[in-house]
Formats: sequence, structure tokens, C-alpha cells
Amino acid sequence: MFYREAGDFKTSYQDDAQTFPIKFDRYRYYVVLLVAFAVVPFLINDYWLNAVFLPFLIYSIAAIGLNILTGYCGQVSLGTGGFMAVGAYACYKLMTVFPDTSIILHIILAGGIAAGVGMLFGLPSLRIKGFYLAVATLAAQFFLVWLFNRVPWFYNYSASGQINAPERTVFGVPVTAAETQPWAAYLICLVFVFVSALIARNLTRGTAGRKWMAIRDMDIAAEIIGVNPLRAKLSAFAVSSFFVGIAGALFFAVYLGAVDAGESYGIDKSFLVLFMVIIGGLGSIFGSFAGAAFLVLLPVLLKNVVVGVLGWPTDLAAHFEYMIVGALIVIFLIAEPHGLAQLWRVAKEKLRLWPFPH
Amino acid sequence: MKTKLVTAIVAAAIAAGPALADLKIPLISFRTGPYAANGIPNADGYTDYFTLINERDGGIGGIKINMPECETGYNTEKGVECYEATKEDAILYQPVSTGLNYQLIPKASVDQIPIHSIGHGRTSAANGAVFEWIFNYPTNYWAGASVAVKYLLEENGGDLKGKKITLVHHNSAFGKEPIPTLEILSEKHGFSFNSLAVDHPGQEQKSQWLQIRREKPDYVLLWGWGVMNPVAINEAANVRFPLENMIGVWWSGSESDVLPGGESSDGYKALAMHAPGSDFGVYDDLKKYVYDTGLAAGNGDQMGTVLYNRGLYSAMLAVEAVKKAQEIHGVAQVTGAMVRDGMEALVVTEEKMASLGFANFAPEIEITCSNHGGQGLAAVRQWNAQTKSWTMLTDFIAPDAEVVDPLITADSEAYAAEAGLELRCN
Repeated sequence: MFYREAGDFKTSYQDDAQTFPIKFDRYRYYVVLLVAFAVVPFLINDYWLNAVFLPFLIYSIAAIGLNILTGYCGQVSLGTGGFMAVGAYACYKLMTVFPDTSIILHIILAGGIAAGVGMLFGLPSLRIKGFYLAVATLAAQFFLVWLFNRVPWFYNYSASGQINAPERTVFGVPVTAAETQPWAAYLICLVFVFVSALIARNLTRGTAGRKWMAIRDMDIAAEIIGVNPLRAKLSAFAVSSFFVGIAGALFFAVYLGAVDAGESYGIDKSFLVLFMVIIGGLGSIFGSFAGAAFLVLLPVLLKNVVVGVLGWPTDLAAHFEYMIVGALIVIFLIAEPHGLAQLWRVAKEKLRLWPFPH
Repeated sequence: MKTKLVTAIVAAAIAAGPALADLKIPLISFRTGPYAANGIPNADGYTDYFTLINERDGGIGGIKINMPECETGYNTEKGVECYEATKEDAILYQPVSTGLNYQLIPKASVDQIPIHSIGHGRTSAANGAVFEWIFNYPTNYWAGASVAVKYLLEENGGDLKGKKITLVHHNSAFGKEPIPTLEILSEKHGFSFNSLAVDHPGQEQKSQWLQIRREKPDYVLLWGWGVMNPVAINEAANVRFPLENMIGVWWSGSESDVLPGGESSDGYKALAMHAPGSDFGVYDDLKKYVYDTGLAAGNGDQMGTVLYNRGLYSAMLAVEAVKKAQEIHGVAQVTGAMVRDGMEALVVTEEKMASLGFANFAPEIEITCSNHGGQGLAAVRQWNAQTKSWTMLTDFIAPDAEVVDPLITADSEAYAAEAGLELRCN
């Protein structure tokens, strides 16, 4: 009943191959974009921005990046935090060395630098797989954080070791530092999310994506049929680290404003993004968004319910949060190992037939 | 006749009952995570003093204090989220986290809420000419480092030449703060100085202490927090480093840090921002109005510990600042900007502290527009593991202003130049 597919014939290859071939999906996508771009900026305030929207948007980009690497190409990576740190520190150095250039260019270049570093740490993937590769990327995580703590050039020799984002404007509107309006910070992150998701979606359903998936499924067979494993794996690391670096740069410049490498880009970040990808669904762009939403929103919701509504003490609420999130992760992996994206796919298939059962 | 009377009374009650106004001073606490052992007593003390003021005095100037609590686990991101969630109508924040402090410095100026980072945070915030909304009285990390060195100078008859001092610090903004000062002091007094960083959360310190066992410094300064403190003291005892040669900063010298070591913590020294123990008049009032009425925060088992006293002290300074603000502006319902004015005019004499039940508790404080850091005094105290108490070894010592003041000026002016701020207080 929802999905009226009768009479929906495609007359061009372009129409047939589009991401949302069913009209209902397409219109729903346009409505979501409309609400996101045209409605939310007018309603958003500081709390919603900092507690809900910014973490969700920024972690979505990071989850898209990690999903490309782990979900589409099958290379397990625990170095996400370190690559986010590369993006942040690269953005900081660029901002301070070239103060007149637009921050958007800086963020993209920071992503590029993170892509280069990602390719470097992705070289072990040509020889080792699975768990051992995870350990190699873990080394990347710890090395990068140590590097940013130890070499004073990265934090411009400041006494505290922290990096601060100076104020930058886009079209005259400040987007970093304290004077930023909530809608400006929200919109710049939204634009980056939109473009990142667009690029990722189109990469993953093109040749590059098919090569990555071939490597994931059986890399020896892929090599036999002509997929160059060096190019495929390194390009996966590069593209993934590009997105993760952008997420790290936005995390520093727009969300936090001041960052200490050990505290903000530690191993917990790597695990957090990995959990987002696993819960959301490996190998799915929608899954990245779903996982990010789940792991960002659930703690905020829990805290507001437990402390705000029930009035329990705050430490009890924090302990509860760990227990509930952990339990939900376990339940999810048992009940639906393919993640929220799979639930969504199944729901959509059922909705296409509803009210008929088959 | 009766209905008219009742209607009149009800109307009068409605007219006379205003919207319940309160003074909102949010508490950003960390009762979970690796730093909880130190966060809990501080938060308890802070809460209990405000409860005392509400119960005993009916609030400040007749308006009760509202203190919403927000849990961060000492995580800076959650701290920022807590700040954003509670900042509406808030009049004062005490972050008790140097990392969070750095984040809040630019935000406080935009939101017009003063931040009191008591004995922590960005040290150069002592320069009120640059940092309009940030205060760190009564003392700061650079003053503390200087006081520690002064104490060691005294112990060595005024000469530290050829001695070796190592700083074991938390690898964060908090731990790195004293390094520039200690480097300058090492040049001035001729001792050799090096620093060993300990990564968060601070449970892994074996390699740092093995290095200390090899290098055999004469003195070790500890700039730790949370679980790092008892682990450091334990490791020092393991490598047989004499604990009376180890001095911790005022955040590294509470009962929760020394009790786990038992007998081996005997002789450990720490800097003191205020006196330890529960031998103060305020505790009688606390017992009467807070503990016995069941309004104590947390488990009620932290009374008399150093960090609990720190919480009481921070809250007392906050209440005095608000009182001053009410006095200056002539209104009881003060805003953040008014509290900032109150803090800049704050004078806390020994008489005032004695009248509040804090006799001989802490040195006198005088804050001005350009001096947001107070007088920088600190004392040295020592732990006695047999009596399980702290003994004050010295009076409150003033820091070496010749070293500390130029550093503060230089750092704050560099910040002003970077952020494009104009100097105030002229």
C-alpha cells in the first residue's frame, strides 16, 4: 500500500540504475533532505546541536569511512581514532599556517593528508588479513596519538599540548570557535555529510565498490579474475581515511574547538566507530547512519530519561548507560548480526508487499 | 462574606507568590570512571555546602541555590555536553577539569558566565586583563611548582645545585602545565629537571618508575589525578623511592590517594591549598543541617578528606562571590555578569572565614580586575600512615613572583594576540 510500484516503468538506463528506483523511497529521501536543510536550522539550539546533531553528523562521516574499509573491502581497522587525529591536526596546521584560506578547503586537504597516512598504514594489509591486520592498525592508532603528543611542532609548541581552532568564516558566517551560531555549525557538517554520502554511495556501487567487495569476499579469487589487490586495498584505505580524516577535522574544528590527542582520539574512538559500523550494518551506507544515530542518541536518551524523568543520581545513570548499551550491542549481534541496515531492508521488503504477506 | 475573604486570600497568595526564582550553579561532576575516587569527595563537599546554605540561611540573599548535577566521567566531550545542557540561566561554573576548562574559556565569554577554575585550568587566566570571565584563585600550577621548589630549597639550606628533580605527570594539559615554570626554575637554581609523562588513565606506570629507579632523582614531583595517584605512590614504594622526597600537587594529595598504599604511603608530601581535616566550625553546622537531616550528598563517607574540604572551600568562595555580587548590584537574583563583578571585588579575610566556620583554614584572598589568580599561596603537608592524617609542615608560602608573573603575562598576552582580544582593566 505504501509502495505503489504498479505502473512505475523506467524508460532510460539512468532512471533504472538510480539509487532509489521506487518513487516512495525517492520522495522520502527528498523529504528527509528538505527537513534536514530547510527545517532543522531554524529550530536547532545549542544543546541539540552539541548533544545530538553534531556528534551524529560527524560520526556518520567516520562510520561511512570505516564501513568502506571494513564493510565493503573487508579490511578490519582499529586505527580510526588515529586517522581522525591526523585529520584534526592536519586541519589545525593548515589553519594556522594559511589563515586566509577557506576552512572548507582546509578540511578537504586534511582529509587528503589523512588518506595518505591511511595508505601508508594500509600497506600491511597486502600481506596480512583479519585479526592480524586489526593489530597492525591498532599500532597505527597508538603511534599516531603518541606522535601528536610527543612532537611539539604539531601543536605549535603550546604549553598545554592542546590545539585550539581559531575562528574561521564561510561566506562571512563564523563556523568555528565560540561565536558560531548553532545553525551555521549544523549546516557545514550537514553539507559535508551529504557530499560524503553521495561520493561514498556512488563509489560503492561502481567499479571501485565491486572490486572492494570482491576482495572482501575472496581475495585470491578476485586476484585471479583481474582485480589488482594492491590498488583495491590501498584505494580502500585511502578513501576510508579521507572520510575519517574529514570527520576528525570537523570534530576538532566545529564540534569541540580544542582537542587533546590522547583524550579525544584514543582507542575508545576507534572502538566506538567500529561498533557503529557493526551495529549499523557492514557494507551499507544507510547502516553507517543508523549505527551512528544509535550510538550517539542512545546515551543521551538514557540520560535524559533516567536523570531527567526518573531523577536518579547521575553516577547510577552513567553506570546504567554502560550496561544498557553493552547489553543492546550483544542482543543486536545475536538477533541481527547484519545490523540495523538488514532490519531496514527486511522492513522495506515487507512494506513493499504490505498488506499482503507475500 | 466568607467566600469574599477566601477569594481575597487566594488572590493575595497568587499575587504574592512569584515564580520560584533560584540561583543556578550547575555541578559538572565525575562520579564514574578512573577519576571517580577524586571526583566524588569534591562533588560531595560542593553539594553539601550549598545544601547547608539553603537549609541554614535559606539560600543567598533569600534565594535558594539550585544545583543540577551532570556526570562526565572526566571526559571532556561529555563535559562540553553537560555545559551546553545546563548553561541556561547558570551564574557560575567550577569545572574541576583542566581539559574542560580550556574548552570553556572561549564559550564562557560568549555565554557571559564566569568560570572559577580553583587551583587548576589555564594558569595564565590569572591575568584578568586578558581573561575577563575566567578566575583561578587562590593559587595556580605555576605558583605551586614555584612553592614546591622553594620548599625544597629550604630543605637543602638554600642550594639545589646539582640536585635532580623529576616531574611525573598526567599526559594532558593539566600535567604539562608546570613544565615551563620548572624548566626556568631549574636554570635559575641549578638543578637538573626532567619530566616523565603517564598516559591516561594512569594505571600503567611501571616503565616510568623503573626509569626513576635507574636515574635516582633526588626529588619527584607528582602531578596526577584519579587512579594515577595511588598507583604512583605504590610504584614509588615498589622501587624503594623514599616517599618523603616526593611532593604531589594539591590534586594529588587526598586520602583516596594515600590510603590504598597503607603503611608504604607514610611520609608522602603534598602541596596544600587549604588545611586538611575536619576540625572546623563549619562541620558542626554541616552535621546539624545536612548530615543529621539525611541531606548529605553521595554516600556520606567523605567528610574530612582533603578533596571534600576542597569542595567546601570552592562552594564557600562561590557563595561569597554571589553575596558580593548581590551587594554591588543591589539585587538578589544575580546574573553571570554580576557574579563576575562580585568575583572581581572579592576580599576574603581571616575574620570572614572564621565567621563562616573556616578559621585557620586557608590564606586570605584579594581579587581585583587584573588579578584573577589570587595570591598564589600554598603550603606543604605530609601524610602520617599510622594516625591516618595529614600534618601541615609549613605555613602558606608565597611563590617566586619574579619567575611566575612574567610567565603569566607572556602566556596571556600571547593568547590575547592569537584571539584578537583587547586588554581590559585600564
